[in-house]
Amino acid sequence: MSRTAAIPFTIPDERHGLGRIGGAISDAIALWQRNLIGLRRTPQTIVFSTLQPVIFVLLFRYVFGGAVSQTLTVPYVDYLMPGIFCQMVVFGAMLTAVGLAADLKSGMLERFHSLPMSRSAVLAGRTTADLTRNFFVVILVSIAGFIVGFRIHTNVFGFLAGMGLVLLFGYALSWVFATVGLAVGDPETAQAASFPVMAPLVFASSAFVSVATMPGWLRPFAEHQPVSVTASAVRALMIGNTTPGTSTATYVWQALAWLIGLIVVFAPIAVRQYRKAV
Amino acid sequence: MSPYGVRMAGAIVAEGLRKNFGTVEALRGIDLDVASGTVFGFLGPNGAGKTTAVRIFTTLLLPDGGRAEVVGLDVVRDAEALRARIGLAGQSAAVDENLTGLENIQMVGRLYHLPAAEARRRAGEILERFGLAEAADRQAKTYSGGMRRRLDVAASLVARPDVLFLDEPTTGLDPRSRMDLWAMIRELVQEGKTILLTTQYLEEADNLADRVAVVDLGSIIAEGTADELKDQIGGEVLELHVKDPAQIGQVAQALSGVGTGEPSIDAEAGKIRIPAGSDGPVALLDSVRRLDDMKLALEDIALHRPTLDDVFLSLTGHAAEQDQQEEAGSGRRTRGRRRGRGRDG
Repeated sequence: MSRTAAIPFTIPDERHGLGRIGGAISDAIALWQRNLIGLRRTPQTIVFSTLQPVIFVLLFRYVFGGAVSQTLTVPYVDYLMPGIFCQMVVFGAMLTAVGLAADLKSGMLERFHSLPMSRSAVLAGRTTADLTRNFFVVILVSIAGFIVGFRIHTNVFGFLAGMGLVLLFGYALSWVFATVGLAVGDPETAQAASFPVMAPLVFASSAFVSVATMPGWLRPFAEHQPVSVTASAVRALMIGNTTPGTSTATYVWQALAWLIGLIVVFAPIAVRQYRKAV
Repeated sequence: MSPYGVRMAGAIVAEGLRKNFGTVEALRGIDLDVASGTVFGFLGPNGAGKTTAVRIFTTLLLPDGGRAEVVGLDVVRDAEALRARIGLAGQSAAVDENLTGLENIQMVGRLYHLPAAEARRRAGEILERFGLAEAADRQAKTYSGGMRRRLDVAASLVARPDVLFLDEPTTGLDPRSRMDLWAMIRELVQEGKTILLTTQYLEEADNLADRVAVVDLGSIIAEGTADELKDQIGGEVLELHVKDPAQIGQVAQALSGVGTGEPSIDAEAGKIRIPAGSDGPVALLDSVRRLDDMKLALEDIALHRPTLDDVFLSLTGHAAEQDQQEEAGSGRRTRGRRRGRGRDG
């Protein structure tokens, strides 16, 4: 097996001059499409992603809302909706974990690894597909919110900026949950493992109730964790500043710091997990 | 065949290939040279190291020692270029259940960087050829196990790879689907593809493979054509079942000198086994003639060619399809977790 002899086989170039970056983008698009088709054809995913937040809207608006609203200066539904948006993308991010774990278990990731494709495309294709899903769910849930009385107090640009922040938050969380999914490697376990991560983030937050009502030991966490910070920023953008002393810009910068921080920390971890996973 | 008219390397070559998982030696130095355009069978029980070897050849795993080349490309150094030249159908049929058959193959085609139109065209062709044209627009979740496996193999062919790795392609398939898949594999070889397939089924290696390597505990313990392996353990055996067990002594005496070795006699069952080397038919005729002359009646007489089961038993001292222990050695263990085998049983 000496290597002195000439190359014994021709190497056909079937990459069609995409180049490395072009190839990576083309791979990610192929997988983005594949994941979206999968989402569309899994009714339970559609139900989970859309019905669940709508139920939360109704539940908090009409069942818990009366009790909570006493502590607020704005109508509870206006306080609630930005929180619902954040809660929704947290729950939705679990699907990133479930999807990757399913691909790992079914051998799809192994197949992808054996193909001449970009190493980053699987995660990029998954997280962007989940971003796309969030985009549609956010629209649907906003409509539900408007129907039950949600009103924007700022202007349409504030509302759209808030939506952008929500989607970015969802995208950042996808990377966190990608790590979870690849670590557990089984869709059921991924779902089970995600819940303990999600529950404190969503409920020990300012998403549904004011942090001021929580016990003192919980408040530092509840005030500064990413769901609260993002919810406060989205709230400030959509219904204006409800807390004197902190400007909307401050909230938004804090939220952006969290989101970028999450991506910077978790994207490399997820990529490393992915390389090791197969 | 070489465009440069130089040395024609084997399509798959390994030298002293080693791989450890923790303290488990999954591969203990494997040497291999698979000629282009042939089928090479990797035969062994679960945990023998077959899958580990396939995973190294397909760049999914890095070897801990030795080297391996596929189509002249080093599996470590030239991994990226190599991936464009090989196809892999792994142990768990890796198809996306939510996609249709056509979409599955198109997706793989696009990930091989075929232009979209080309990927689509080839996907149609391949589905046709694998008898999946009718099901092309159905989601793969509606496919039977055999169809799913065919789709998996079909997907691995979309970029027309030179070398195909099939890891236990027929595990869990019903006999009919197995035959179908065998026919397809034979067809691919006729087109000049090189195929390495792993199997636990001795019959499969016997049927499909030009050469067979028997693998046990991470080492190749024998290699050759199926016939060569069978010859290694002494060829054919003539087995006689006498009608009246009381006559077994007489029968044995009548047959003295027949065959190539000492007969083994089971008086209780009335059975005599005579090793016959490669001259089975001669021994058979000889026996029939002598017993007929002496009017000794037989219940049954048969010539047994050894199966690869016999080969395995004689080489390793244990049967091939027994032990499911030592799963770690199969190489599917990732950080203490195994997966993908469940549905295949």
